Amino acid sequence: MRVTLTVNGERRELEVEARRTLADALRENCRLTGTHLACEHGVCGACTVLVDGEAVRSCLMFAVQCDGREVRTVEGLAGADGTPHPLQEAFSAEHALQCGFCTPGFLMLAAGALQEDPSIADDPDRLRELLTSNLCRCTGYESIRRAVTRAAGELAGGAS
Amino acid sequence: MKPTAFEYFAPRTVEEVVAALAGGDTRVLAGGQSLVLEMNYRTVRPARLVDINRVAEFTGLDAGDGVLRVRPLVRHRAFERDISAGPLGRLLSSVVHNIAHPPIRARGTMLGSLAYAHPAAEWPAVATALDAQLDLTGPDGTRTVAAEAFFAGPFDTVRRPEELLSEARLPLLPDRAGVGFVEHRRTHASFAQLAAIAALTVRDGVIDWVRLGLVNAAERPVRAHAAERALLGQPADAGTLTGAARVAGEQDADPREQPHASAGYQRHAVGVLVRRALEAAVRDAGAVGDGR
Ligand SMILES: Cc1cc2nc3c(=O)[nH]c(=O)nc-3n(C[C@H](O)[C@H](O)[C@H](O)COP(=O)(O)OP(=O)(O)OC[C@H]3O[C@@H](n4cnc5c(N)ncnc54)[C@H](O)[C@@H]3O)c2cc1C
Ligand code: FES
Ligand code: FES
Repeated sequence: MRVTLTVNGERRELEVEARRTLADALRENCRLTGTHLACEHGVCGACTVLVDGEAVRSCLMFAVQCDGREVRTVEGLAGADGTPHPLQEAFSAEHALQCGFCTPGFLMLAAGALQEDPSIADDPDRLRELLTSNLCRCTGYESIRRAVTRAAGELAGGAS
Repeated sequence: MKPTAFEYFAPRTVEEVVAALAGGDTRVLAGGQSLVLEMNYRTVRPARLVDINRVAEFTGLDAGDGVLRVRPLVRHRAFERDISAGPLGRLLSSVVHNIAHPPIRARGTMLGSLAYAHPAAEWPAVATALDAQLDLTGPDGTRTVAAEAFFAGPFDTVRRPEELLSEARLPLLPDRAGVGFVEHRRTHASFAQLAAIAALTVRDGVIDWVRLGLVNAAERPVRAHAAERALLGQPADAGTLTGAARVAGEQDADPREQPHASAGYQRHAVGVLVRRALEAAVRDAGAVGDGR
């Protein structure tokens, strides 16, 4: 089936089988391998991307469902000149990754949440609830929590 | 971990959805948060999928005429906000935070959860406890089934394969109702091991209306009728609540032995959770009564 999506601002026309998940379409058809796949059943969140601004599991959506929609992946986070996104800076500064396998998923999870409501970083319960969405087997999450809080401060204009 | 091939339809009207379902070996694709993972596992291999996500009229969620009408594309997430349906809205938003995670709640739907009938899912027990009415639309029109008669067992309902679950109607709760929801699970990310849902009203210290539901305490969602009888007309005090909670565990629950939880343990745990849910509901009713 023919599908047209906008991926990181770029229009893409793909020819895919209906059974191709969004994750596989991004990795195999678009060659954007920053989106990781681990469990492929919705548990780990490694495959998290934004569809029309909302964080979703790309292993649980078919590419054909995204016809005409905007998709943003970890490759689309940094600026056009390669300047890292404040979340990427903060993950580095706070040591919020070790092996890095979960990182694209966490970055997109946090990017979606901060874009929608930056005040989530001021509410420990909501932030914790958000971060339980994804699994990290290395960091113990605390550094990820600090990184998201730091990035929220940066995004709010260095107010905190 | 890749689905088998299928034909894909994304119709825009309810008529087209119903016509497509009549084709046989066809599944509704709603949020996909249970279906797609089963297809990835290949435990489900439908010949056709009818994606309902482009049917504009399916997004409706409105309260009126004493009920909250929920259509097939209302995501779990919708209930995180105050849906201004009084105590019912309060109950639904305290339940929804226990369902999966934000990205899954952004896609998964309440009606998908009812149709899927996972034994540990929250919405089926909420619908059963509150006596929700469910509309099933097929080639011969629409029939209405009460939630208590809809669930037939784990992952099993009376919905026929060619029927769409087209609407759920949850009765609005009395204005002065207090609500409580308590869930036990092994980790925050797990499905419920057990949960209890309570809604009640108190007049002059006496419980004069009550709804009580249990999640994962039997082969299907439970409305705890015996415990409700033990509460009605009784003073809203510790003795009544504890006694009724014990009745819920002993008479309403019908748990299966599990490797890590004997039936006896589960009955005991049901009692504890029901007591806590009732206490929360009585506190909530008090807060409403105080003119909150
Ligand atoms: C990691 C993870 C954790 C989860 N945790 C929980 C949890 O704690 N509690 C919980 O309750 N759920 C949980 N879920 C499941 C989630 O709530 C699903 O959204 C829900 O079970 C199914 O809803 P859906 O809209 O995604 O349906 P889909 O996955 O699209 O469909 C599920 C089934 O129902 C059928 N169906 C869907 N809608 C209709 C309809 N309107 N008419 C007829 N048939 C229909 C489909 O054909 C399919 O057979 C979890 C899921 C994941 C991936
Ligand atoms: S790969 Fe999608 S949630 Fe694990
Ligand atoms: S950094 Fe290794 S899994 Fe998170």
